[in-house]
Amino acid sequence: MDYLIAFLVGGAICAVVQILLDNTKLMPGRVMVILVCTGSVLGALGLYEPFAKWAGAGASVPLTGFGNVLFKGMKEAIDKEGFIGLFKGGFTASAVGISSALIFAYIASWFFNSKMKS
Amino acid sequence: MAEKANNQTKMMGKQSISFQNTPYIVATSSVAGKKESEGPLGSLFDIVNDDPMFGKDTWEEAESEIMKEAADKVLMKAGLANTDIRYLVGGDLLGQLIATSFGIAELKIPLFGIYGACSTMGEAMSIGAILVDGGYADRVLSITSSHFAGAEKQFRFPLDYGNQRPYSASWTVTGSGAVIITDTNHKISSSGEADVVIKGITTGKIVDYGVKDSMNMGACMAPAAFETIKQNFEDFGVQPTYYDRIITGDLGYVGAKILIDLLQSAGYDISKNHMDCGIEIFDQESQDTHAGGSGCGCSAITFASFVYKKLKTREWKRVLFVPTGALLSQVSFNEGKTVPGIAHAVVIESEG
Amino acid sequence: MSEKKQVSAKNIINETDTKLRNEYFNQYVKDVTPKNSIPKNTAKAFLVGGIICVIGQAFTNYYIYMGADEDTGKLYTTITLVFLAILLTGVGLYQKIAKFGGAGTLVPITGFANSMAAPAVEYKKEGQVFGIGCKIFTIAGPVILYGIFCSWVLGIIYYLLKLLGVV
Repeated sequence: MDYLIAFLVGGAICAVVQILLDNTKLMPGRVMVILVCTGSVLGALGLYEPFAKWAGAGASVPLTGFGNVLFKGMKEAIDKEGFIGLFKGGFTASAVGISSALIFAYIASWFFNSKMKS
Repeated sequence: MAEKANNQTKMMGKQSISFQNTPYIVATSSVAGKKESEGPLGSLFDIVNDDPMFGKDTWEEAESEIMKEAADKVLMKAGLANTDIRYLVGGDLLGQLIATSFGIAELKIPLFGIYGACSTMGEAMSIGAILVDGGYADRVLSITSSHFAGAEKQFRFPLDYGNQRPYSASWTVTGSGAVIITDTNHKISSSGEADVVIKGITTGKIVDYGVKDSMNMGACMAPAAFETIKQNFEDFGVQPTYYDRIITGDLGYVGAKILIDLLQSAGYDISKNHMDCGIEIFDQESQDTHAGGSGCGCSAITFASFVYKKLKTREWKRVLFVPTGALLSQVSFNEGKTVPGIAHAVVIESEG
Repeated sequence: MSEKKQVSAKNIINETDTKLRNEYFNQYVKDVTPKNSIPKNTAKAFLVGGIICVIGQAFTNYYIYMGADEDTGKLYTTITLVFLAILLTGVGLYQKIAKFGGAGTLVPITGFANSMAAPAVEYKKEGQVFGIGCKIFTIAGPVILYGIFCSWVLGIIYYLLKLLGVV
């Protein structure tokens, strides 16, 4: 059951974004920014977390989930450490996603070359 | 020409020249990549290389190599040495024309490096013909190149980045085309074949109809082609049927439709004799190239192979060759500017 | 191209006001440019995006089954998906899937990973520092900047509300 929900919810988010891409001139970079910020805002409003509990990977794998995690980390850091947490929470929460992408992408540059499209 | 310019001036109308010391196109060469070789014109190219790197390390070096091969080939076909060439007029799409500077450095020919985006071949041939007609050069080599990967990297995304191309997007041609233009004393005539001559040119202005979509270059350039072609008709006092073919550079399917529409409403019907290099060079269905081919190389190799042959064999008597360019950069795009276009027309005839 | 109120080429070339002409032309271009089939593209994005999420769910379930708590399981899933996306980018497959799946490959965290790996691989010829080092952020950099900034602003609001005793 959790697989079905993940498929439907994750698919639905992607489908909505595809409609956005096809109907506007939004570039992919902009779309990624919008997704992350939307996730953050929904997280701050307390809406994303219950949604993520229900949808599982369907809500956590899309970049909106990444945005939600960002705010979640921010909130935890503020609760625990007060003001200084404002400058810690974001990176703490996104550390795994950003570090893994940076590290693996860098390593990939050792092994792979850019390829011609056909 | 319908109406010969008087002896004092070679200027025609507002933007055109009618040459008097007719420049001859004595040889052409075309170098193309794998995808181009699989297209409808594939068998006509002089050199085809399946290696997109052309044996080099980077996309930029690869493009320089393509240009070098095209220059060497055209010299060989004309039986000339680099020292026989007075001027080289050339350009490409890479920033600051690095494909040209590194590609032709070894040839040691005096260079005019020019930028007209994908219209560069028209510009290079125009300037070459002017030099020859004016007696400033006996032989000129005009050359342009483009490379799909280098253009993607510079203007769009890294090649391995996952994105979808809209139907209006074009596919940058990997290739380089070169022509040698000479005066009448240095023409090379071969028996049974016509001489190909440049009769005149119409130089385009920057034309901007306010389109901002860099993924729809055809629409950005069509107004430029429209204005140049219309001006050509007016300056020379001719009708579309004067030409066997009106050959635009890389408007693609979208741009070609717009051009025909615009000219139609200005009272000129070119729907019967219009052809677009971007449409000819790829098979849209099987090669998934969307709107068609583009890039400096697109019009250059189509002219150097397909069009030149038709003129040589007298199948076409007179063509108007109109490479089109979209004048944008990453910066102008990011700063929200429009994408202006330019188009340079060259009147080419087969003689004898 | 439906026959609804269309701007004709005549309107464009006869218009003397440049601004108006450009407006007409843009409208006309919109009418004559073929569009991607939206239902088809949307369905493909749904399918591909859905599948990536299902794969994510499978990994999460597996890591939880192996003894991780839910949050840690999700983090391991992130690492796994990022790794797989970058591997696929390296061998040139991600781009092919993206051509089919569109937003289906852009929206998941895998799209973020691809947007770092592609420039890293492309720009390595321009050097470790100015090539890879700078260009690795060309597409993903904004996501990091605005993600951090946005959560910081929201954090300030939360912090103030907390001081005021609202939350």
